[in-house]
Order: sequence, then C-alpha cells, then structure tokens
Amino acid sequence: MTETDTHTTIEEVATIELEVFRYQPEKASAPSFDTFTVPLYDEWVILDALNHIKDELDGSLSYRWSCRMGVCGSCGMMANGDAVLTCAAFLKDYAPGPIRIEPLANFPVARDLIIGMDDFMEKLNRVKPWVVNENGKSLEEGEYLQTPAELDDFKQYTMCINCMLCYSACPIYGMEPEFVGPAVIALAQRYNLDLRDHGNEERMDILSADDGIWQCTFVGECSEVCPKHVDPAGAIQRYKVEATNSWWKSKLMPWGK
Amino acid sequence: MTVSYGRYKKYHPWLYQPRHPILWWIKKWAYVRFILRETTSLAVMFYAVVLVLYVNAVSKGPEAFAAFSEWLASPLSISLHSVAFLFAVFHSYTWFNLAPKAMVVRVGTKKVPESVILGANYAMWAGVSIVLFWILTTI
Repeated sequence: MTETDTHTTIEEVATIELEVFRYQPEKASAPSFDTFTVPLYDEWVILDALNHIKDELDGSLSYRWSCRMGVCGSCGMMANGDAVLTCAAFLKDYAPGPIRIEPLANFPVARDLIIGMDDFMEKLNRVKPWVVNENGKSLEEGEYLQTPAELDDFKQYTMCINCMLCYSACPIYGMEPEFVGPAVIALAQRYNLDLRDHGNEERMDILSADDGIWQCTFVGECSEVCPKHVDPAGAIQRYKVEATNSWWKSKLMPWGK
Repeated sequence: MTVSYGRYKKYHPWLYQPRHPILWWIKKWAYVRFILRETTSLAVMFYAVVLVLYVNAVSKGPEAFAAFSEWLASPLSISLHSVAFLFAVFHSYTWFNLAPKAMVVRVGTKKVPESVILGANYAMWAGVSIVLFWILTTI
C-alpha cells in the first residue's frame, strides 16, 4: 500500500454505524439509543470507535476502559447482544453493521455504558480470593515448592481478569441476582486447588450454600464468552462433584476429617 | 445544609435495572439449546411414568396387563414414544458431551484427555443398552 492509501481522510473511508445505549439519569429516566457513524478501519476495535465518538462526536458518552489490550478487564460491553471485551472486538467483524452497543447485561446501569459492580466485588471478597494459610512456614523452613503439574491444576483459573463477561452471559445470575456467579467460583477454586492454601472448608460454607454452586444449571455460556479461557462452568461442575463427595464423607464417616 | 445533586444522591447513583425478560432464552441458539436440554428431561420422566403404569398393570392381573400392552401398541402411544425417544436421545447426548467438564481424572500426574472420558461414557451407555437389549429379547 502506498502512503496516500493508508492516510485517507474520514470522508473517503468506509464507515459503520454504532447504536449506543445512552442512560443519563439527570436528563431522562429511561434509556435510549444514539446512532453514531464512525470510520471502519481494519485495525479498529469497538473501543477505538467509542474513543472516536467521545473525542469527536459526543463528549458526554461515558464508558470504562483502561489498558486497551485485554488485561485490565474494564471495557466489557454487549455488542449485538454478545458479551465482549470491546478492546478485542474488531469493527470489521461486525461489518456492514450497525453494531448495537449496550452495557453488560444483568448488571444495574449507572450511566451510559457504565455498570454498577458493587455486587460482584462483595461476592468476590466473600470467598476469600487469597491464599489462606494462617500457620504458614517460617522463613527458615524455606519456600513452598509446587510442581508444574500441581500448578497446572489451577493455572487457568488464575487467568481471570474480573471482566464480568461471564456474569452477563449467565441467565441464572440475571434471574437470581443472589447467585455467587461464575468468576467468583472459579477464583475460589483457584485458591482451593493451590497447595499452599488451607481455606477450602471456609469457602465450602459459602460456595455450597443455597446461592452458591447449586444455583448453576450448567448453561455453559460463561465459559464461551470468557476472553481468558478460564472455563468457569468447568470449575463449578468440578466443585459440585467435590462438594458432593465431601457431603457423603461427612455423613458416612462423621468421625473422619 | 443540604447539597442538591439533581436526581442523584451523593454516592448513590440512580441505577437503571430492567427486569430479566421471561423470553431471555429465545435470543441465542446456545440458550435455546440449553432450554431444549432441560425440557427434554420431561421425555425421561414420560418413560418413568410409563414404566410405573406398566408395573401397576402387571400387579392387577393378566387383563389389565393385556389392556395396557394394547394401549402401548396403539398409534397414539407409538407416536408419543417416537417423540419421547428423540427427546431422550437429545437429552442424553447433550449431557454426555458435558461430562468431561465435571470429571477431571488423573492417572499419576497426567490428566486423562477429555476424549477418553467422553468415549468411556459412550462405551458404558452402549454396553448397558446391549445388556438390556439382550435381557429383553432372550428372557
């Protein structure tokens, strides 16, 4: 391509329409959609288009974003009804458009594309997403050794970036907001399966409660939308097996631990 | 002194939270598939009810058994069974395919591949079906 080809003006370039969900509670109590026309560059993702809208067309548009490279997990939105990280969703894949951009489903909307995530943060904290090890080794005893095979057991769960796409894909969470939810259970498993951790029992009380794993009916869409291939659906089903085994053990061998 | 934030209360945004639509599952094939997987369990229930009625007919004597057998051979029963069979197969097939997600088996330090777990499940299904078929046709 020549220099002039790549540096065309906006008028000459193909465009695509974005129908953007707007909710500005101080102006209107009901949400609406605004349509914006943005340039359709091959290398542009939806987030680029939103930044273009905010910079050039309507500065009042509100949305969250940070790293623009699939690490921070803050730019999750619904594009044509699918939960995606907008930094990883290319405009050209939605051509000729229009693309309907909505805030993450199943969450309350605070403004435009910004959702309230208090519920998720509270639930995440509930399962103690850290290494619980009160009687840890002393420095003299040295480090904790873990083989690659042992790490492999939970490594995929460590990849979670808390983007909450799985909550948007989960119809159970939509209908039963009490449900602890996919990412939180996967993260609990991340620590349960870690050899350094001893918080399994404390987490069991939360995960095996009514609003824990048993709410899950294995729709499986959480694993489909996960940008980091964490497979929360798999984590939940594995935990169901584990919780069932431990329940039977406690009934058949109440003396054992 | 009170400060006005318009319709906002400080630190308490005016949240918009629509009700989850009843027909949420229509929008996506993956959700439709899920609903199908769950509702086809009714076919499994249908078989269970038929079995209970059959046992009941046996306990009531030869006439009741003959009447029930006759009903089973009726066109209505056969069409019901054909539909129930398709549903039950779909139900089993979708659940069998999900088995490797819940079953993570280790031999030594190696994880047993998903295809092996899936294959073992299907092999067991086929094995049980053959045994049942043998019992029903030879005894």
